[in-house]
Amino acid sequence: MKIRNILKNRTPRSPLNKNTTGPNMPKARWLSFPYMIWMTGFIIIPLIVIIYYGLTNQDNNFTLDNVALILDPMNLKALGQAFELSLVSTVICLLLAYPLAMILSKSKMNSTNFIVMIIILPMWMNFLLRTIAWQNILEKTGIINTVLKFFKLPAVNIINTPAAIILGMVYNFLPFMVLPIYNVMIKIDQDVINAARDLGANGVQTFLKIILPLSIPGVISGITMVFVPSLTTFVISAILGGNKIVLIGNVIEQQFRVGNWHAGSGMSLVLMIFILISMAILSKYDKEGSSLW
Amino acid sequence: MTDNKLINLVNITKSYGDNIVLDDLNLYIRENEFVTLLGPSGCGKTTTLRIIGGFETPDKGQVIFEGKDITKLPPNERQVNTVFQKYALFNHMTVAENIAFGLKIKKKSKAYIQDKIKYALKLVNLDGYENRMPDSLSGGQQQRIAIARAIVNEPKVLLLDEPLGALDLKLRQDMQYELIRLKNELGITFVYVTHDQEEALTMSDTIVVMNQGYIQQIGTPEEIYNEPKNAFVADFIGDSNIFPGIMVEDKLVNIFGVNFVCVDTGFGHNKPVDVVIRPEDIDLVKPDDGIIKGVVTSLIFKGVHYEMEVHACDHDWLVHSTDLFPVGTEVGIWVDPFDIQIMNKPESEDEEAVEVEL
Repeated sequence: MKIRNILKNRTPRSPLNKNTTGPNMPKARWLSFPYMIWMTGFIIIPLIVIIYYGLTNQDNNFTLDNVALILDPMNLKALGQAFELSLVSTVICLLLAYPLAMILSKSKMNSTNFIVMIIILPMWMNFLLRTIAWQNILEKTGIINTVLKFFKLPAVNIINTPAAIILGMVYNFLPFMVLPIYNVMIKIDQDVINAARDLGANGVQTFLKIILPLSIPGVISGITMVFVPSLTTFVISAILGGNKIVLIGNVIEQQFRVGNWHAGSGMSLVLMIFILISMAILSKYDKEGSSLW
Repeated sequence: MTDNKLINLVNITKSYGDNIVLDDLNLYIRENEFVTLLGPSGCGKTTTLRIIGGFETPDKGQVIFEGKDITKLPPNERQVNTVFQKYALFNHMTVAENIAFGLKIKKKSKAYIQDKIKYALKLVNLDGYENRMPDSLSGGQQQRIAIARAIVNEPKVLLLDEPLGALDLKLRQDMQYELIRLKNELGITFVYVTHDQEEALTMSDTIVVMNQGYIQQIGTPEEIYNEPKNAFVADFIGDSNIFPGIMVEDKLVNIFGVNFVCVDTGFGHNKPVDVVIRPEDIDLVKPDDGIIKGVVTSLIFKGVHYEMEVHACDHDWLVHSTDLFPVGTEVGIWVDPFDIQIMNKPESEDEEAVEVEL
C-alpha cells in the first residue's frame, strides 16, 4: 500500500499540480531532507571553503601558489613518507586481516560473534587514548623496555621511528580491514565453494579462482578504509613519531596551527586529489563495484 | 540397464551432534540408472547425496565407486559432478567461463574447451549465451547453465540436489522432460534428490523413499505407487486412505468390522495390519451394490476428477472419481480385491510412519 501511495503521489507531477511540497510531498523524499541539510552544511560547504582558501592568497586573489607548495622538497618528502608508511600499514593490515576474516567466516562456532566483538572492541575507546597508550608501551622507559630490562635483555627503541608509526596505524585501522572482508566472506555461498571442488579444483585453485575474486569488493573497501586515514593522519605520527617523522598530515596541521589557512587548504586539495586518483586506480580492479565506492 | 553396481553405499551412518541423519544405510546404484532419493525434509536424502559427492564424510561405513573405496577421497578427485539446489554458479564469471571451469582445471586444450562449451549450451538449449553473466539470467536458465557446467566434465554420475526446487510449476514440468532427455542423450547415471513425489514418479527408473535416516522402500515408480511397503510410503506418495485392519485369513481383511476380499496372502490369522486404498481405486455405486454404505460429505472439483469425502463406518474415505455425487447422496463403496494393499504394521519405533505435511 505504501509503495502504491508513493507512486500515486509521484505520477501527477505536472506543472498544473505544483503541490509537491508540504504535507503532500512524497514521503520518501521528505525523509531525505535532514540528510541533504547535513551534507550541504557539513560536507559541501566546508569543501567549497577549502577550495576557496586553497586557490586564493591573503588578499583574496586567485593563485596556485598554495597548491604548488606541495612541490617544496620538504613537503614532497612528507607526502612521500606518508604514502610509504600508509602503504606498508595497509599491506600489513591486509595480510593480517584476510586470513583472520577467512577463518572467522568459515568457523561455525558460537565464538565467532565473540571474536568479531573483540576486534571491534578497541574502536569503542578513544582513538587518541589508545595511541597515547602505545606511546607509553613503546617509550624508552616504557612497559616493553621495563620488562626487557627486568630480564636483562637489550632495550628496543622503536618509539619515534617509522616502525612505531606503522604499528600505530595497523593497530588503529586493522578492524576497518577485517570487517569488510569478513562481511563479503560470510556472503559467499558454501555451495559455490563446493561447486568449485566438485568441478575438480583443489583447495588452492578454489581459493585463487573463487574465494579471492569474490572477496575483492571487501578487500577494496578495507584498503580504502585503512589507506585513506593512514595517509592523512597526523595524530599517530605526532604521538608515536615524536615529530621526528613528518608526514603530510603534520605539515597541513602545522599550517592551520600557525594560521595559514591558505597554504593548509592548498595542500589538502592536493592530498584529496591524490586520494581520488588512488581510489580510481583501485576501483578498476573491482569489477563488481564494491560496497563503499 | 546392466546389473553393474556403480556406486555402493555400505553401512553409512552420519550424525550431527545428537541428531542421527543416516542410520546404517545400505544402497547401491547401477550404471545408467535414474535414481531418485525421495522423502520429506530432514530424511537424510541430501546428506546421502553429499556423501556421494564428497562434501560430507560418513561417521561409519564406506562409499564404493566402481569397486574402489572412495570414502575419504575429496570431491575434486571423484568422477561425479553435482548440480546444486541454488545453482551455485560463479557470479564473477561469464556463462562460458563457468562451463569451462572444470575443463580449464583439467588443462584441456582451448579448442576442446570451446567445442565443449558449444555442445553443452546446445544440449541445454541456451546457444549464444556464452558471454552473458549468470545473474542476468532467469532461474531456469541459471539451472541449465549449472547442468551444462557439470556435464562437460563427462562425469560417470550426475548428482542433482533438488535442482528444480526454486523454479515455478510450469518450468519445473518442462525441466523434468529436459532432464529425462538429457539423461538419455548422455547415457550416464543420475542420482536425483527431491521431496516432490510427482517429480520422482515422472523421471525415475528407481525411487528410494527415505524417512528419518532410513530407507523405507526401493522400487520402480509403479511398485512404489501401487505396492507401498508401509503406511509412510503410501502416505507420502500420492493421496491414500490408510486404515487399520485385521487380516482375518489369506485374501480376507477386516476393516472397521466389515470383511473385504483382497489378494494378499501370508500375513497370518487375525493379525493387525495397515490397509491402503488409493482414492481413485474406490468405486462409488448404488447404496445396495457396495460393500459398505456411506454419505458424501464434501465435494471438490479438481479438474481431471472430483474429490469427494464419503463418511462410512464412522470414518472418512477419500474418493477420486470422474462421476459426480452431490453432498448428501447416499452411496455404496466398492473396492476391487486387487486394489486393496495390505501392509505390516511398523514393528519398531524406527520404522514408525510419521505424519507428513505436503
